[in-house]
Parts: sequence; C-alpha cells; structure tokens
Amino acid sequence: MKIEGLIFDIKRYAIHDGPGIRTTVFMKGCPLRCWWCHNPEGQILGFEIMYLEYKCIHCHTCEQVCPENAIYFDEDEMQHFNRNKCTYCSICTDNCPTGALEFVGRKISVDELLEEVERDITLYDSSGGGVTFSGGEPLMQPIFLRESLKKLKERYIHTALDTSGYASWDVLKSVMDYVDIFLYDLKLYDDYEHKLYTGVSNKIIKGNLMNLVQSGRGKDVILRMAVIPGITDTERNIEGWKSFIQKLRDVEEIDLLPYHDVSEKFRRLGKEYKMKVHESPESEKMEEIKEKFEEIGLRVKIGG
Amino acid sequence: MEAVALGHGNRIEKEMEKRRKTIRPINERIAKLREESVSTEVRISSERARLITEFYKKDMARGKSIPVQRAMAFKYLMENVSLPVEEGQLIVGIRGTGVNEVPTYPEINVHTLEDLEVLDKRENMPYRVDDETKKLYEEEVIPFWKGRAMRDIIFENLPQEWIDAYEAGVWTEFMEQRAPGHTAGGERIFKMGIRDIKSEIRKMMESLSPEDAEYYEKMEELKAMDIVADAIVIYAHRYADKLQRMAEEEEDSQRKAELQRMAEICQWVPEHAPRDFWEALQHYWFIHVGVTYETNPWDSFNPGRIDQNLYPFYERDLKEGKLTREKAKELLQAFWLKFNNQPAVPKVGVTAEESFTYNDFSKLNVGGLKIDGSDGVNELSYLILEVLDEMRTLQPNTAVLISDRNPDRFLIEALKVVGPGFGEPPLFNYDELVVRMLRQGKSLEDARTSGVSGCVESGAFGKEAYILTGYFNLPKILEITLNNGIDPRTGKKIGLETGDPREFKDFEDLWNAFVKQVRYFLDIKMKGNDMIEALYAKYLPVPFLSLWIEDCVKNAKDYNAGGARYNTQYIQVVGLGTLTDSFVSLRYNVYDRKYFKIDAVLEALKRNFVGYEIMRQRFLNRTPKFGNDDDYADEIAKRIVDLMVELIESYPPSPIRKASKRAYFLPTTAHVYFGKVTGATPDGRVAGYPVSEGISPVQGMDRKGIAAVFRSVVKCDWAKTGGALLNQKLTGDLLENEENIKKLADLIRNFFRWGGHHVQFNVVSSEVLKEAQERPPEFQDLMVRVAGYSDYFVNLPKGLQDEIIKRTEHEEV
Repeated sequence: MKIEGLIFDIKRYAIHDGPGIRTTVFMKGCPLRCWWCHNPEGQILGFEIMYLEYKCIHCHTCEQVCPENAIYFDEDEMQHFNRNKCTYCSICTDNCPTGALEFVGRKISVDELLEEVERDITLYDSSGGGVTFSGGEPLMQPIFLRESLKKLKERYIHTALDTSGYASWDVLKSVMDYVDIFLYDLKLYDDYEHKLYTGVSNKIIKGNLMNLVQSGRGKDVILRMAVIPGITDTERNIEGWKSFIQKLRDVEEIDLLPYHDVSEKFRRLGKEYKMKVHESPESEKMEEIKEKFEEIGLRVKIGG
Repeated sequence: MEAVALGHGNRIEKEMEKRRKTIRPINERIAKLREESVSTEVRISSERARLITEFYKKDMARGKSIPVQRAMAFKYLMENVSLPVEEGQLIVGIRGTGVNEVPTYPEINVHTLEDLEVLDKRENMPYRVDDETKKLYEEEVIPFWKGRAMRDIIFENLPQEWIDAYEAGVWTEFMEQRAPGHTAGGERIFKMGIRDIKSEIRKMMESLSPEDAEYYEKMEELKAMDIVADAIVIYAHRYADKLQRMAEEEEDSQRKAELQRMAEICQWVPEHAPRDFWEALQHYWFIHVGVTYETNPWDSFNPGRIDQNLYPFYERDLKEGKLTREKAKELLQAFWLKFNNQPAVPKVGVTAEESFTYNDFSKLNVGGLKIDGSDGVNELSYLILEVLDEMRTLQPNTAVLISDRNPDRFLIEALKVVGPGFGEPPLFNYDELVVRMLRQGKSLEDARTSGVSGCVESGAFGKEAYILTGYFNLPKILEITLNNGIDPRTGKKIGLETGDPREFKDFEDLWNAFVKQVRYFLDIKMKGNDMIEALYAKYLPVPFLSLWIEDCVKNAKDYNAGGARYNTQYIQVVGLGTLTDSFVSLRYNVYDRKYFKIDAVLEALKRNFVGYEIMRQRFLNRTPKFGNDDDYADEIAKRIVDLMVELIESYPPSPIRKASKRAYFLPTTAHVYFGKVTGATPDGRVAGYPVSEGISPVQGMDRKGIAAVFRSVVKCDWAKTGGALLNQKLTGDLLENEENIKKLADLIRNFFRWGGHHVQFNVVSSEVLKEAQERPPEFQDLMVRVAGYSDYFVNLPKGLQDEIIKRTEHEEV
C-alpha cells in the first residue's frame, strides 16, 4: 500500500530549523491550538482554503464556479466565504487567476517526498544539514513520518523532528531511532495555563521529554521556546522550566524564538486570532531570558 | 530575525545607518580625496576634443599611414594635455582635466549640439557642458568630424535591413559610440617597462622582411607602437617635472618628501618595469590613462588579477621593510579613487539606454587560481576586500573568483562585504571559468590566468580581445514570430514570414518558426559585426593598447586587427527569463492544457491585455515559471541557451580578426530599453515593462527561494557561454551572523559545484528603495546592484528603479 502524508509546504534552504542547511517539511494536523501559532495552516489535519485578499482582483470567478454557492461578494466587493458549505473540491482555487484563493494541503507519498528533498542532498552533505519535519505536529501522522524518516536514514540524510511532544510515548518511540535531532517545543510550565493557551495539558509533553532523556537521547534534544510577551516570558514560567530542565540529563541547548504577529495568516484561514499583543519582544527582553537559561549551564540561541 | 519591532521610518533609518557606517577611509587624507571624488559634479572636458581636432585639422601627419597618424595624434595628446594632481594624492594621471572631468572622442562619435544640451540638462546622470565647450563644438569639432567620425562611417556602410532591426530594438550596437576594448591587463603590464617593449618592437622590425605580403602594414603598425611607447614616457616625465616643482614649493615636510618620491617614481615608470608596490600602482595607472586617452574603449581598462599581479611587489617590500600593511592599504585606497575620478564617457541615444551609468566597468579580480593551479588567495586578496568594504565608491568594480581550492575564509570575508548591501562584490565560479576557457581553446596556463572583466565577461587576461558587439532582444524576436515577421509597434515587416501562429499544429511548430526567425536576425547582425570590425581595423588602430596585450607586438598587428593571441566576438543575449516564461506559458496554456486558444492570446497581446485581465493573471500566477526548480519551465530555458550557443557558434570566425563567435548572457541596462520597445508578452508582462535581466528569473516570479533559483539556473550549460549574470535578492537575516554567513557560503559553493557561473546580491529592502524614490535628496548615497555593476539608486531612470524594487520584493509573509 502506498503510504501518503498530508503536508502544506516544503521549504528549501531552511537555516533556522536545526543544524546546517535543511529542507523543512511542514505537515498538517496538530492537537494543540496555541494562541500565537505561527503556522495556523498546520492545525487541521485536512484540506483548507486560504484567501489572500491583497491578491484578489474581484473578478468573481470563484463566485461563479463554486458548485456549493459557498462564496459571494457583497456590495462593497468584500468576499464572503462560508467555510461550512465548502467541500474542498478545489474548483475555486483551480480557477482563481491570481492565486488569491489558495488550496492548503497536499497529499504526498513517501517516494515523492524523497524525490523532492533529495534535490538538495549535496547541500546537506557539505553543511551538515538535512531534513526537518515540522508542522503542525508531525507525530499526528506517525506511519508516514516513520516511513519517511527510515528512508532518509537509509540514504544517510540527517533528520530532525520539530515537535510539541504531544503524542503517545509509543508513537514517539516508534520514530525515535530514525531521528537525529529533536527540536522540542516548551510552552507553559503551569498546566492550567498550558491548557488555557494551547488547549491541552502539558503532562504528556513533560513525560515524553523525560522518557526521551531516559532513553539516552538527551544529548540530541534542542529545546525551543517561543517567547510570547506576557504569556511565556513571565518570571514564573521561566523559573518553572529552569527547575524542570535542570533535571534533564545531557540536554544542552535551548533556542528562544521571538513572537511575531501572525493575525493576517489567521484571517486568511477564517480563524480567530486571540492574541492581544501585536509587538515582538524587545531585544533586551530576549537577552534577559537568554541569561536566565545560561545560569543553569544551557547554550542559548536567539532565533534558533 | 529582527527581534525588535521598529516603526517604518525607524527601520529605514537603521538600514541606511548600517550602510553608511561601513565607509571608513584609512585616514584623513583619503577621506578628503574620497569626498572630492564622490561629490564633484561630472562635466565634459573639451581639452581632448580640441587637441585631436587641432592635430588632424593642421594635417600634422600628412602622408603617414593611418596607424602612424593615430600614434602621432596620441603623442600630441601626451605632450599637451593638462596634468592635474588631486590634493594629497599619491598616484598621478587623470584622463581629462580634473576629477570627474570627462573628455570626448569626436573621431569616434562626434556629439551634436543637441546631444550636449541633453547631457547638460537631463535630470538623471547629467554631464555638465559649459558654453565654451558648446562653442568649440559648434565652430571647430562638429564641422571637422561630421562624416569623418567612426559612427558616421559605420552607419553609412550598414545595410538597410540592419538599420531596420536596430531601430526596432532587436539589438544594440556596441561599437557605434565607443571603441572595442573589453580587455584586461595581464602579467605583462607588471613585468614590462616601455624600454623592454621598445626593444621587442625593434627586434620585430629587424626580423621583418619585404617578402612578407603584409610587410608594409606590419612595419607601419610597429612604427606606430614605437611612437606611442615614447609618448607615454613623455607624459610621465612631464608629471615628474611638475611634481618636482610642487615639491620645491611645498612647505609641509612630509608632503614635500612624498612629492619628491612621486617625482622619482614618474621618472622611473613606465619607462622601466616597476620595482616596488607604489611604482607598480603608478605604472599601471599611467597605462590605464594611456589606454583611456587613446580611445573610449568599452569597460575602460583594468589591472586584471590584481592580487596576483601585485603580490610579488607587496611581499618583497614587506620583507625589506619598505612597506607596511597599513601603508599598502593607504596606497590602494588612493589608487581606488583614481578609478572613481574617471566616470564613463558620455553616451547618448541607444548606447545611453543600454548602459545608463557613470560606471566605466573597471573590474579588479581577486582570488582564483595561480598559474600552476594552486590556491591563488593571498594576503592582498583580503586587503583588497577590506579596501572595497571601506571605500564604497561607484568605481572600480570587483570580482571575487571562487575556486574549490580557495579556503572558506575567503568566501566568508567576501560575503561579509556583501552584507551591508552595496551589491559588491559579485562572486564567480573560477573552476568553471577555467573549463570555459579550455573549451574555447586557450592553453591551460592562459586559462588559469584568466578572469572576469566588464560585468561578467570571461577572458584570457592580457591575451585576448573579446569584443562585445551588442545586446540581442530575444523577447522581441518572439513578438515578431507571433506576428509572422511584422513588428507590431511600427507595422513594418522586418523579419521573415514564418507562418501565421493560428496555423501551427503544436508547440514545436511555434518553436521552429522562432528558430528560423532568430537565425534570420543573427545573419544580419553577424554581417554587421564583421563589417564594423573591419572598419575599426582599418580606421581606428590602437597601437597603445596593443603594446600591452600579447601577442600584438610579436605579431606586428594591432589589437583591433587581430593582433591578440585570442580573438572573440560576443553577442549579449537578453531576456532569457521573459522568453522562457513566454514559451512556457504558450506551451502550458495553449498547447498542453488548452485553457486558451492561440487566437485569444494573440488578441490579448495586441490589446496589451486590456479586457483580458483574467487571462493575464493566469499567465502570471497559475503558469509554471523559470526559477522555481520546475522542470516543465526550466527545460525551456535550457533549450533556449543551447539554441543560442549552437546558432551563434555556427558562424565562421570573423574575416579580419579571426574571432570566434560566442554567446553571452548579460543585460547591463539594455533589458529596460528592450522592454520599452517590446509589446506585451505571453508570460503576462505588459508592453513597455522591462524584460528579465541576465539569466535571472522574471522579476518577482522566483517564489521558492534562492536554492530553487540556483537549481533552475544550473540546468543550463553555462560553460558553453561567455558568462551569465544572475541577480539575487537576500533578506538581511541571511547575512546576519557568522553561522548564517557560513550557511550561505556553503550554498554558493554548492551552486558553483553544480555549474553556476556567477551570482551577485542585493541586500536592500524595497521599503528603503520606495522611500528613496519619494525623497531622493536624502538617499544620494544609496547604492544598489544593477547588472554587472552597482550604481546610485537615485541616478537610475524611473523604469529601472521600479524594476529593481520589483526584484527585491518578497511575497507577503
């Protein structure tokens, strides 16, 4: 049987997603709903349609071709898109002349994926780079992920997994041997706050991280923390994680990723953006947090 | 990633500040010289026109052969031109009467009064012309040279079909206003003094025998060479005398000593070969001034592989304690400004359109290999990168030659200089350059001493006359093909009747019609090239340049008549991206997917897409494009490159210089001009908009990032061409820290291993550029990459400004 995955993008010359020059595969589907999610198009494990208003020339083609009458323009030429009626038949996106309506999500077989990422194999070779799976949460498609990672390792390609850690340990364990580096995201230390801002508990996330370390893979873990003003950058949160990390044998690095406003992306997907903060953290703030983590002997990078 | 969210204005200020901060001349003296160089208004200097007219009018060389006449005229110039010395300079000699005072060459192109008026008054890039000059032109220069100038002779001899295509904008002609040149100095310059060359000339004269059918021509050429050899020594000695007098009057003891030393140097070089670093710089500079006084050659002239050529002097001086690294840097910075003090000669008409810049394309090469194939990077390579970083002047240009045998440090240091965003230095694949030289039949040694001049032209430095003959507008030829031989702009039939596209069965029919059309135009252009070459060989020999290019003296033959060891003619192909995307669009939308009928497309093009916006948007957004690592599109680019190489190389060598014909992919600013004369194209481009530049994807159509662009580009075989210019935009974060720079270096290494020829970067936000368009006075110093050179953004014509903004814009996040 052909194993297929659902992805939304493949980014080449990715230099922020692990060592060296990499290709990052963005997979669809995520159990978390972080308020600040930088890739909201990765949340749903299914097709979506994005509307990029700045590209729209108001030709009404989409309105005319939609078999479900899900799209119409009002008197002010505002496009209205009833996503509940949409069957993702892709007729509108196929016919949109400017690409203002964009189909998000692409089924891809393991072999097709390999063909694409292998185009840059000499770049990985010379820079110590490879392929990173990100998303979304790649662990939501464990069979595809495992098969892809396995085939990459057969070709001596370095692999990285960017994960929220929210999956059953069995799933994580099933891919573990084919992953060279884990980019492991930390959000809120307090479980109540974690549920509030991401929709899920952090118990599994903490547990999986402990398990990884106990399996001897601590040295292959790079922690990543999105610095979200007023949410993850609080004294309490940083101190909480510090005490936790100190218990993690062999974990040496944490990367701090500054928040960016992505309200526009949410709007394009017809999703609500709950964040009230729109500014990125000041560089002084980033430095301050960096120092705090350095206190416990971690190597800290800003920007990852 | 920028951690701090800055306001719009603040961001722009920060970007400009980052740029300005890199300019740091080594000391006060150089700072002053730099200020003078960048702030002095560019003006026309009438002196040369006056002297050359005087010389020919008085018939001072009556009865002499043309080469000897030219040589005597050159000598007359060297005896009489003024001898400006910039205050505090360490190197003397200027082509012209002062800083940024540019002479004219009426024997090549005699400017009309209207030309002078336009040059004087135009808003962008003016050349101020004073009343005295206008008067001199009206009374003396124009009446004498009209009909005698090369340009007049050329146009008189060209056939009507050539003129038709030229006027339609199918091509430009490089030699209509400027002389051939396109060459760089090699080792010979730094090893030979005039005395050495004179003894070579003498030996040649002695060995010539009247039994040789070309005895007379050769003897006359040698006589001419001998005269110009003396002439440059006269010029240098005049400077020596002047410097001696200045020294005597100088009160500052340090400057006094300097002036005395400079006088001694001018007494020694170029008569003798240079003995130390300072002498080597001055020696070269006299030759540079000589070459650029003799004619107005394209790409002026340049010292070639400068780190290789100067290193022996540098090393010896350092060892003997004669020189420090600091002093060498000061001298190099002073030398740097000499180039910047000589703006390009004033071009008008189509020539101004194709090369609209003060930049005169002197290109200093660093890095690459030594003659024995070993790593050529030395301490001077790094020192010159530092000088480039700290000077940031319009001229000279540089070329960083990267071989697999060069250390990473060299590439990394070069990328650090790219960082602040002036567009310099461009990077070249040296290993591939050697391959291309070998393919063209050069010896291994000559291949390893070759380099890049002008924009991205490859040549055997000091040994080859590789003449660029004009830009060639491929999208225009597609337009003519789609109109069955007619230029829709004028309604005139200037091409072949290759059939009504409505009758074409499939894409191959269209392609074949295009091929026939290209061949038809190439036939005409090639005939023109050979004719113009013959005219220059006959009427405009360049004995002075010939002294320095091997083997002109040995062959007793002028540079313009085939005296050089290697001879090449290039056609500069423009619009690869636009043509590729146009073919791809027709193939995809009309023949493969059948979204539109050819009838409708032709109608849409005729109407410049008015009423066909949905079609245009589909062409722009829903059609495969070159530059995204999509084989469907890239395969067409490869076909076009192969076709052009095959067609151009199918022509026999030129009759006079025996020059082989080669293809080369460079636009300078011709893509803007060609865009103006080309109607709407099937890739969705509207009429009048610039076509794509170099081998870069169409502006804004490379949507998958730089790695995909590189992958697309290397599908074509650039080793078969003379060069291929690739512009890429970079966002600041890619050059932000050491780690990212290393990754970029790695990417470039890979690009070169895959077969890329060249890449250069613009690191500037479209925000800054748009602001500069609004408030030009505040952005006078904003330099950006244009084609194979950088230029001040505010000096560019509006169309080109818009095009560069488009190039630097990114898809919204």
